[in-house]
Amino acid sequence: MEYIPNILFAVVLFLGIGFFAKNVKKLIRNIKLGQDKAVSDNKSQRWKNMAMIALGQSKMVRRPISGFLHVVVYIGFIIINIEVLEIIIDGLAGTHRIGLSVLPQSVYGFLIGTFEVLACLVFIAVIIFWLRRNVIKIARFWKSEMTSWPKNDGNYILYFEMVLMSLFLIMNATDVQFQALNSGNVISQFMAPWFSGLSEGTLHFIERGAWWLHIVGILVFLNYLYYSKHLHILLAFPNTYYGKLQPKGQFNNLEAVTNEVKMMMDPNADPFAAPAEGAEDDVPAKFGASDVQDLNWVQLLNAYTCTECGRCTSECPANLTGKKLSPRKIMMDTRDRLEEVGKNIDANNGEFKDDGKQLLGDYITHEELWACTTCNACVEACPVSIDPLSIILEMRRYLVMEQSAAPVELNNMMTNIENNGAPWPYNQMDRLNWKDE
Amino acid sequence: MSELLKVPTMADFMAEGKQPEILFWVGSAGSFDDRAKKITKAFVKILNKANVDFAVLGTEESCTGDVAKRAGNEFLFQMQAVTNIEVLNAYQIKKIVTCDPHSFNCLKNEYPSLGGQYEVLHHTQFINQLIAAGRLEGLNDTYKGKRITFHDPCYLGRANNEYDAPREVLQKTKATLTEMKRHKRTALCCGAGGGQMFKEPEKGDMDINVLRTEGALETNPDIIATGCPYCNTMMTDGVKAKEKESEVQVLDIAELIANAQGL
Repeated sequence: MEYIPNILFAVVLFLGIGFFAKNVKKLIRNIKLGQDKAVSDNKSQRWKNMAMIALGQSKMVRRPISGFLHVVVYIGFIIINIEVLEIIIDGLAGTHRIGLSVLPQSVYGFLIGTFEVLACLVFIAVIIFWLRRNVIKIARFWKSEMTSWPKNDGNYILYFEMVLMSLFLIMNATDVQFQALNSGNVISQFMAPWFSGLSEGTLHFIERGAWWLHIVGILVFLNYLYYSKHLHILLAFPNTYYGKLQPKGQFNNLEAVTNEVKMMMDPNADPFAAPAEGAEDDVPAKFGASDVQDLNWVQLLNAYTCTECGRCTSECPANLTGKKLSPRKIMMDTRDRLEEVGKNIDANNGEFKDDGKQLLGDYITHEELWACTTCNACVEACPVSIDPLSIILEMRRYLVMEQSAAPVELNNMMTNIENNGAPWPYNQMDRLNWKDE
Repeated sequence: MSELLKVPTMADFMAEGKQPEILFWVGSAGSFDDRAKKITKAFVKILNKANVDFAVLGTEESCTGDVAKRAGNEFLFQMQAVTNIEVLNAYQIKKIVTCDPHSFNCLKNEYPSLGGQYEVLHHTQFINQLIAAGRLEGLNDTYKGKRITFHDPCYLGRANNEYDAPREVLQKTKATLTEMKRHKRTALCCGAGGGQMFKEPEKGDMDINVLRTEGALETNPDIIATGCPYCNTMMTDGVKAKEKESEVQVLDIAELIANAQGL
């Protein structure tokens, strides 16, 4: 009988981690639905970006208030999680505060004391985050794409963190032996008096309850990630690693187009030549993207990484002037559609069945795409190297090259370039006239 | 004045069997847009004054294809690029300077993988080099004490991380530089990029160039300095929309330097 808690703990831990692993597999499967993209270049620069931007939070702190609060929660999250190691060992081995028997009391006290201070700071930071969202109502949290689930999701995460931090502190405050040591109870010593009237049995019950709820809460939170915008705590690292290294203004040159153009420009090319061997099996290249599978996998990783902070949208000139375009919505739509495609594949024994929907039109409208000035403000603003502009461009490419669906003025402009080498209807032979005017 | 402009073409250089120090890429706006042509001429005056051995392609130049690419027409872009690269490579061009950040970005970043590899400079970078090398001396006091705010072009700033060269050049005019709230990395687009120059904006509350101009006017400038022909048009329109054209001028850095040279 005395092993029941240990076994129960092992089962809970196994289920919690197992279910998460299952979802991670699905996540990777979905990301791999994207097109190939070569990312094996410049490894040292990529590691550096990850170290600076994800680990070092260098872009977060460009906005000092939210940046500072985020660093507090981030450091708290990482360091307090060392405590989870002790909880897991205790839970599996049936010990209590194993750390005390392997570490000198002063070291253990220092560690727990640090965790307590951080837990308290995280709690305060999270309250401020909640106030910013719900009371101060900072504009970027109240844009049209931030209703229903995205809005609730943001708050649930904050409640989760408040509860987890409280449970950790309550667990320490009601641990009679730990309080008796009077080492490391930096914060919890002030909470202990709240429970002073209670019997030792009740205290023990509260302490155990807090301990169990804390670890179960962490496992639930871990599994919540996949369904939430909060995946960034994991994906920010690969996302900054795989982020764009070229100058922001450099857009990729489509290779499929290069091949066609080279053919057209080659005077020796035989337009009636039979296709090369095996070429008839190739699916003709589709220009641009109309659905998530046309995007590359880094763009899909971007979509899962987005935590919907809205820094991109709050810098977007189109959005600032009331246009429908919101770079954050581009990322949210991409993820929502990708999830839909993933579920479709799950429901159809691993194969995608056409559902009559696509990212373009059903999620992202033409109006949004044509409002973009390609100014890169969204890309610059993103604290985790997401590139919404590249998705907008891919979808414009589809509209123009597959559907000839550009706004009429743009079509005129392009016709001019085609006919006379300038976006206006002026003759190329007049290009130097300015010199004599 | 115009008869004083020396604008040799690459064909002229070729005929003499010489190579110029730089190719001046004029760009479509710089060739055809009435406002932008003034910027082109101001830059040529500077080049003449500094005795820079330069040439233009003239009628052999064609649109870089930049705006087609941003509008999604990769096919048209690459056709333009390949055609231009053929001309540039035939003349063995090594170094290009342009007054248009869009051409600058396109030539510098997007031409290389299609076979066009050149050293490409924005005119503010080149003017800055000329001043640093002592080739462009004697700026007068035309702008001494004037309040100038610089509007960062997206394709020079964020796109290519060049924020300093235009500011360093402006410093030389002895003007007082003031920064808008949104500047450098967080500079607001003028609203012309990505093909917007050629179309009506989508439905919204206001035009981007008006919002940007409001940001510029907050700094109480005498002059809004630009480094891009499209930004110049948008900001000029914005100043008109705010009915400030009698108090605030919109000038390209090339024009400011040419004026301060008494050219």
